[in-house]
Amino acid sequence: MKILICISSVPDTTTKIKPTGDGKAIDLANVQWIINPWDELALTRVLELKEQPNSKIEKITVLTVGGRNAEPTIRKALAIGADDAIRVDTEPGDNYFTAFQIAQALKNYDSDIIICGIESSDYNGSSTGSMIAEMMDLPSVSSVSKLEIESDTVKMNREISGGFEVIEMPTPMVAIVQKGIAIEPRIPSMRGIMMARSKPLQVVESADVKPLTVFCSYTLPSPKAACKMVDAENMEELVNLLHNEAKII
Amino acid sequence: MNKVIIFAENFEGVFKKATFEAVSYGSRIVEQMGGGEVIAISLGEVADEELKSLGAYGATRVISLHNEAFNSLDAKIYAKTIADNVKKENAGLIIFTDSNASKAVAPRVAVRLHAGMVFGAYGLPSNLSPFTIPKKVFYGKAFTEVVIQSEVKVISLSQNSFGVVENKKDIVVENIDHTVDTDQIKTKILSVEKSTGKILLTDAEIVVSGGRGMKGPDKWKPLEDLAETLGAGLACTRPVSDEGWRPHTEHVGQTGKIIAPNLYFAFGISGAIQHLAGVSSSKVIVAVNTDKDAPIFSAADYGVVGDAATVLIGLNDALKKFKSEN
Repeated sequence: MKILICISSVPDTTTKIKPTGDGKAIDLANVQWIINPWDELALTRVLELKEQPNSKIEKITVLTVGGRNAEPTIRKALAIGADDAIRVDTEPGDNYFTAFQIAQALKNYDSDIIICGIESSDYNGSSTGSMIAEMMDLPSVSSVSKLEIESDTVKMNREISGGFEVIEMPTPMVAIVQKGIAIEPRIPSMRGIMMARSKPLQVVESADVKPLTVFCSYTLPSPKAACKMVDAENMEELVNLLHNEAKII
Repeated sequence: MNKVIIFAENFEGVFKKATFEAVSYGSRIVEQMGGGEVIAISLGEVADEELKSLGAYGATRVISLHNEAFNSLDAKIYAKTIADNVKKENAGLIIFTDSNASKAVAPRVAVRLHAGMVFGAYGLPSNLSPFTIPKKVFYGKAFTEVVIQSEVKVISLSQNSFGVVENKKDIVVENIDHTVDTDQIKTKILSVEKSTGKILLTDAEIVVSGGRGMKGPDKWKPLEDLAETLGAGLACTRPVSDEGWRPHTEHVGQTGKIIAPNLYFAFGISGAIQHLAGVSSSKVIVAVNTDKDAPIFSAADYGVVGDAATVLIGLNDALKKFKSEN
C-alpha cells in the first residue's frame, strides 16, 4: 500500500505576524518555516502504522507545492521518516490553484491513501484536501481524528457535533486529518537527517492554471482596550461589570 | 435575478444557530445586491415546520431534498447534489457555515462549479464588484480581504462573525424525492458515539476553561459548578488535555477547537499564543491568573489576579446571588 501525504510549509506558529509596508502581503523576512502541524501529525501517524508488525505500507511519499525555498521543509519530512518526496515547482496560490497542482501531479501517480491536514496554520483555508479529492474523483472523509488500515479499507473516526462516527472506506481515498490523529509529532533523529540527504526528491513542473481568488490586502486587528482589573475579593463587582457594562449576562 | 443559496445543515432534523446565521447573512447580501432570492437547500429528513423557521431570517424558498442516503454524510454525494441544484437555479453565490460537514462538502461544491472559495468569511462583503470578502488569517493574528474572481462564488461563514438577524419573509417549502446513485456512496458508517446532555463547546454561548493553574485533575469541581450555574460549556488548554486531566474534546486552541462564544472565562491559563488562537474571537474574555504579567491579560477584557480555586468559589457565589435576584 502506498501512502501520499501533502505537506505545507508554514511560518512557525509563534511568529509575530505583520503586514508589509504597502499592506499587500505578510512580511515573511526572518520567518522560521515549519511543516504545517496537522501534516506533521499525519506523517507521524503513518509512520506508526508502517512500524506495526505485518504492516501493508510499502512506501510513504510526501508532496509539497513550493519553490526551492520549500525544500528544507520537505527534507525535514524525509528526515522524520518519509521514503521519498515530490515538489511541484511553483509558489502555492489559492486553495483551488494549489489543489489543482497536486491533483495534476498525482494523475499518473499510484497512491492508495492521500492524506491532508484539515487546514494550514497560515491561511486557515480548510479546503485543499477536499478539493483534491473532487478533482481526482476520489471519495474522502474529513475531520478524521483516528486512522487504521485494514486489508484494503481504511477505518477512521470522524468527528461530528458532540461525538464521532466510526467510518470505513475502500481505497483509493483521501483522508483529511485533525487533532487526535497522533499525539506528539516525531522529531527527526540524527540518522534520519543523514539519510534524508540521499532520499529521492522529485521536482515536477507545475500545471497551467489560474487561481480563482486573490488575497489583496492585510491589516492587523485593532488593539484591544486595556484589561479592566477586578479585586479577587470582590466578585460581585465582576458580576456587576459583566451584567451592566459588558451586558453579557 | 440575484440568487443566493444557503446550505442548511440539519442535526437529526433540527437546524442550529449557525444555519440561521448563514441565512441571515445571505439575505443581507441579497439586500446589498439590490434584491433577489434567498434559497435554502436542505438534505435529509427535516419537518416542514423546521424548514419554515428559515423564513424568520430572510429565506423565501427552501428546497428540501429527501433520500435515505442523506441521513449520513458522504462528501461526494452531498457535493454533487448541492452543485446540481445550484446549476439548476443558476445561483451565483453559495453560503455554508464553518461546520465539519461544510469543510467536507463546500470545497467539492466549489470545484464542481469552478467557483472561487473563501473559507471563514468574517462579516459582509466589503465590496460587491469585485466581490471582496474579509477573512482572518494566522488564527486572527491578521485580517485579509479576498477577492473572488470567478462568476460563481462559494463562501463559508465564520460562526458568530455576523450574528442571527431576524428578517421575516414568507417562505415556500419544496419537498423533492431526490434520486441518488447509491453505487457512488463509499462512506460506510459502522457506529456512532455521542455524548448526550452535555453542552457542546462549539455551540456554547458561555465557555468556562481551565489551564495548568488549576493545579490538578481533582481540582475541576468548582469549574464544573460554575459552568452549571452559567449553563456554560467546559474547555481546557492543550497541556491539560495532553496530561489527561481533561478529555481532548475539551481542548481549545490552535490545534484543538476554535471557538467564538459571547463570554470566555480563563482560569489558571497563562495565554500562550497557540491557546489565544482558539479563543480570540470570543466577544468578552475574563482571565483569572496568579501572575499579573501573564499574557492572557492583554487578550482579556476583565482580569482578576488571584488563585483560580479561590476566585472560582467567590465568583460562583456572586453569580448565584445575582441569578436569584434577577
